[in-house]
Order: sequence, then C-alpha cells, then structure tokens
Amino acid sequence: MAKQIIIAGGGVAGIEAAATLADMGHKVNIIEKGSSSGGNAVRWHALFPDRRPAGEVISYLNNRVRNKNIEVTYNTCVNKVRHHGSSLVINLSSGEELKADAFIVATGFDLFDASRKEEYGYGIYDNVITAPELEDMFNGGSLYTADGRVPERVGFIHCVGSRDEKVCNHHCSKVCCVTAVKQAIEVREMLPGCEVFCFYMDMRMFGPYYEELYREAQEVHNVNFIRGKVSEASNTINHKVAVKVEDTLAGRPLRMEVDLLVLMTGMEMSATGASLAEASGLRRGKNRFLSVRDNHMHSNNSDLPGVFYAGTCTAPMSITDTISHARSAALEVNLYLSER
Amino acid sequence: MKTEGKKRIWSEYQKNVPDDHFFYVRSCIRQSFFPGSEQVFLKILRDDLGKDVFEDPRHTTCTGIGYHGDVVPFETIQTVVARHFALATEAGYKNIAISCVTSFGIYTEILETWKHFPETLVKARENLFKATGRVFDLPETISHASDIIYKFRDEIAAKAKYALTDITTGEPLRIVEHIGCHYAKMFPKHGIGGAEFPHVLVGMIEKWGGSVVDYPERRHCCGFGFRQYLVQANRGYSLSSSKKKFESMEPYQPDMIVSNCPGCAMFLDRWQYAINEIDGITYGKDDEGIPSLTYEEMAALMLGYDPWEIGLQYHNVQALPLLRKIGVEADPEKRFISKDGSRLPEPAGLINNF
Repeated sequence: MAKQIIIAGGGVAGIEAAATLADMGHKVNIIEKGSSSGGNAVRWHALFPDRRPAGEVISYLNNRVRNKNIEVTYNTCVNKVRHHGSSLVINLSSGEELKADAFIVATGFDLFDASRKEEYGYGIYDNVITAPELEDMFNGGSLYTADGRVPERVGFIHCVGSRDEKVCNHHCSKVCCVTAVKQAIEVREMLPGCEVFCFYMDMRMFGPYYEELYREAQEVHNVNFIRGKVSEASNTINHKVAVKVEDTLAGRPLRMEVDLLVLMTGMEMSATGASLAEASGLRRGKNRFLSVRDNHMHSNNSDLPGVFYAGTCTAPMSITDTISHARSAALEVNLYLSER
Repeated sequence: MKTEGKKRIWSEYQKNVPDDHFFYVRSCIRQSFFPGSEQVFLKILRDDLGKDVFEDPRHTTCTGIGYHGDVVPFETIQTVVARHFALATEAGYKNIAISCVTSFGIYTEILETWKHFPETLVKARENLFKATGRVFDLPETISHASDIIYKFRDEIAAKAKYALTDITTGEPLRIVEHIGCHYAKMFPKHGIGGAEFPHVLVGMIEKWGGSVVDYPERRHCCGFGFRQYLVQANRGYSLSSSKKKFESMEPYQPDMIVSNCPGCAMFLDRWQYAINEIDGITYGKDDEGIPSLTYEEMAALMLGYDPWEIGLQYHNVQALPLLRKIGVEADPEKRFISKDGSRLPEPAGLINNF
C-alpha cells in the first residue's frame, strides 16, 4: 500500500525529494507557502559554474513535479508536526490537519536582508543592489543604474550577512563567492567597457570547476579581486556609490567610486522553517539552521522518527548539492517506511 | 536616495528621553571652547521649555580624555562616574543629561559593562565607598543633551522666531550634520537613529526648515581622535581628517556645519582657520568659510537669542553670512563689546569677518 508523505516546501529540495519518492510509488503532498514552486532558484538567470540557463533546471523541476503521485498545496505553510500514535499529524496554516507516514522539512533558506548591514546603505542608496536584483537585470537583458546610466564600474561585496559576527551569522553561505565570480563575468560580457571589482575576504572555490571559473574571471575577463572587507558605502553628489575598503594584500586603504554596488547576500534559516522547528521541537544549531542527527552519516535525519530534512534548511548549499541531499532524504524516507 | 529606508532605520533606533527633571553634567572642554552653548542649553530648557535641570558644582570631569588618552585606567573612570551617579542620587535625580559626547560614550560604556559583568559594578560600588563613603543608584535614563533638544524640537519650532531657510530665496539651508564618534558608534542602540544614519541632528535640522547634506565622508571622524590631537606629533592626522571632510562636503556648498560633540564643533571650526593659513583655502561658496555651530547654538538662533550673547563671535569661522541668510539682525560691531561696555579680546585670523 502506498505511503503518504508530506513535504514542507516546494523549492528545489522539496520537488526533488517528492519526485524521487513518487517514482518509488509513494503518495506525496507538497505544502508550499508561495503561489508557485521552485523556491529561490526561479529568480536566477544563469547558474555557476557552467553558466547554464537557470530555466533549464526549473523546467526539469516542473517536469518532475508533474507526477500523478504528487499533489501541491500552494499558499499554505506547515505550522507544526507531531506524533499521534503510529502516524504523524501535520498542522497547516489553513487550519487543516493532515496525517502522514513520514514528513520532510524542505523549507529552504531566506536571503539575508541586506538592509541589516546598515553601513552599505541598501534600501537607501539607489545604486546599491543585491545579487538577486542583478539577476533580475540579467533576465531583463539590460544593465542600468537607477538613474538610467550604463555602469562604467561595478563593485561586488562578498560575505554580506555571512561570516559576520555583527549580524550573528558566523556561517559561510558557500555559494556567494562563486556567484559573484559568475556575475562579474556576466557584467563584463554584457558591458565590455565596464570595470568590475570584487571585494572579498577569502575566495572559497570549493566545487568542481569553480576555481577554473575564478581563473577565467581574472585571466580572460580582467575582473579585479581586492582582498578586503568594505567598511562603508556612501552616496556621491553624482549618484555614484563611494566605498571604503582596506586592500589587505597591498596593505593600504582604498577609496573608490562605483556606479553600481552589488551585495552578495548570504543564506539564513528561513522564517517559516524556524517557526515550524520551534513549534515542533526540532533542534537547531548555533547557526540557526536545523541540526541533523549526525553530520556525517545521518545528514537527512532529525531526532524525531519519521521526520527528515532536505536541502538548505540544514545548511547553505548549492543547487547541485541540494538535489543530491533531497534524493538522499527520499532514500532515507523509503528505508524508514520499508522498516515499519 | 530613498528616504523610506532612512525612516525605517530611524524607527528602529529610538530611545526613552524623559520629559523633565534632569541632572546635568557639563563638559570639560566645551566650557573653554564654546561656553555659551552649555549656558544657552540651560536657558532653553529652563526658561523656554520650563524644565527642571539640576547642576551640582561638585561634579567633576569624567576623565574621558585621560581614559581615551591611555593615562586613566578603566577601574578609575568607573569610580569617577560612580561618584557622579552618587551626586545625582543624593540630589534625588534619576535622569542624567550629558553635555559631552565622549562623556556620554563613557557613561554608556560603563553602564553596559556593569550590566554584562555585574562583578564590576560591585567593585565600583566598593571603590567609591572606600574612597568617599558615597553610595549610588543606577540612573533610570541616560540622555545626551542633543537627545533632549531633539525630543523638544517641535516645542522649539513652535516658539521659533527664525527658520533654517535663506530669506532671500526661500530655500532650505544646506546643512552638514556631524555626529561625534562616541555618540552611537560604540552602542548604536543608545543613539537616536543609530550609528550609520543618526537622526538626532537631522531631526532638528529638518524640523526647523533646513535640508541635510549626505556627503561621502559624512561618517568620518572630525580628526580629534584624542591621541591624534593630544600628542602634538600626531596632529597632522587630526588636520587631515577634517580636511578630508571639508573636501568631501565642499561640492554641496553647505551653509553650515552642526555638531553634537565638543571636539567636532571645535576642530571643524579651527581647522578651517589652519587650512586657510597654510594653503589659503576656504571651503564654502564664494570664498566663505563654513560656519561650524553646536546644536544648542542652532536652537538658540531659531529661538531668537542674541548671537553675541551665546558666544558665536568666538568661532574662528564667523557666522555672519549665515546670520544674514537666516535674517538675524546682529550688529557685527557689537561682537566684542562686553555688557559693561569694555572691549573683549578679539581672536586673530577670523574667517568670514565681514
């Protein structure tokens, strides 16, 4: 008899886990807080490291979710999960109560609110934007400043909201470095006359072909990488953004004006995931993401039987890693159900 | 520029400033630099706003200059501040009003230390009692004097005789606001508007009709920096900081600089004189210097106080062009005449002395 599985979250992890379980013959209900599936990925124009159009991955996911064993409930959140006898009871924001044999948390991440780094003036200075907003421009096919100028110099600030004690985020968001490299190349390709500067703490090129992309950015596209954290951004009289940074390799302070300043905002535990964890007694780590039962052997398992984790609700990860993590969550669920 | 973003930040950094009954602690250096500012602050609060402000002549320096100059240990300054709290306790006051931004920073630093490390409060009580036999209650509120003027900016506007507008054009004056580093950079939550986009002076300026200049070096230190100035060999650092600010604000053609810190008001005034002497440069429009005022002086001008009564003539950059723009009628010839008719000393090298 087919088992009923409920998944909180219809992003990359939720869809991939659902589709894998559906392929195994299980019935899956995805509870998605938004009005469409795909999560944060739908906003992206192209993906690192190979610059494939993000739409291809979204199409893949959309095809995966078109499965007779999958039902998606939109505009609804999971408020709480609890045990009731041998099954799980899932409370929804609609007031509905569902029963399930297993439950996967795939609530993903929230993008760091860049306005919390007040010194960069996001939400105040017109030409300070975030990485997803730059993706919006790439999707629109043109790149302009807020006052309609073609940028002659673009700056990227890495680690905005990541590895930053001041905002209580010690963790690395992993994907921002390579995203900045990708976006820097895209800016150079779109506007060959535009200078691009990346201000970084470390370049964390951990994935396959990331380091190669970083080299390409320097050798082919002449992207400038400055090791140093930007201390503040200000408006200039001609609507540019003045940044102050210490170039730690040159050992000297640097002041520069850019036409567009892009903030590489990191990942944080999603608010809906945090609320669900709080209500359900799911343990969270110091980084506020969900704590897995074992970092090495059981990275999809919670402490509660029948409750599993998939994707960036446990830690920042790339789309590639998210898909792998979601598939392994599906396998863990299948194993759990087969042993009952 | 999106003002909604600033308003959101301002709404997040508000603080409880009491309505009345203040224990006022003066600044060491302001009484030398701009004695009229503290005096007119008291007049505005007592005479114009009808507030109760108490001063105790036994109040001393907070030793902040020595602390930041590395000659007074933290334990010593805690005991000095504990004594100030004891004076307030003895007088029955729970709201401390602080003239100096550095003292304000010292008080907040010590209160935060006592909050997070309670054993240091026990030690401070013990040290104070051993030294003086005094005991103290912790104050209920700590306000910088600019917080208090900010709080009553509407009341001041209602009584104002002048506005921060150019009477010939009707346009708002362009005003550079400068916040002392020790006001909110250490503890943003204790400053109105926080550290990055402070609202304490902006709120006054905009309420009284002026417009605020947001220039690239707005947040930069005036250059006082304690050891930068106090160690004579380092004074180039001090001067270069102010110069950096002047060059950054110059394209906006500001009509005035207003500060809430004793050192800042002084250096943003005096270094204009020094740069003028060294390089012959003036930073204001039409070869005028940019008058550097305190917020109390600005409030007093709005309320119609005589500029020479509040000591504006003792700024190196004279405020005469500013007074003309606002429409304040003040006879320049009376600047250095005392009440008994005798001649007061006239500083050399005045800028805007016309």
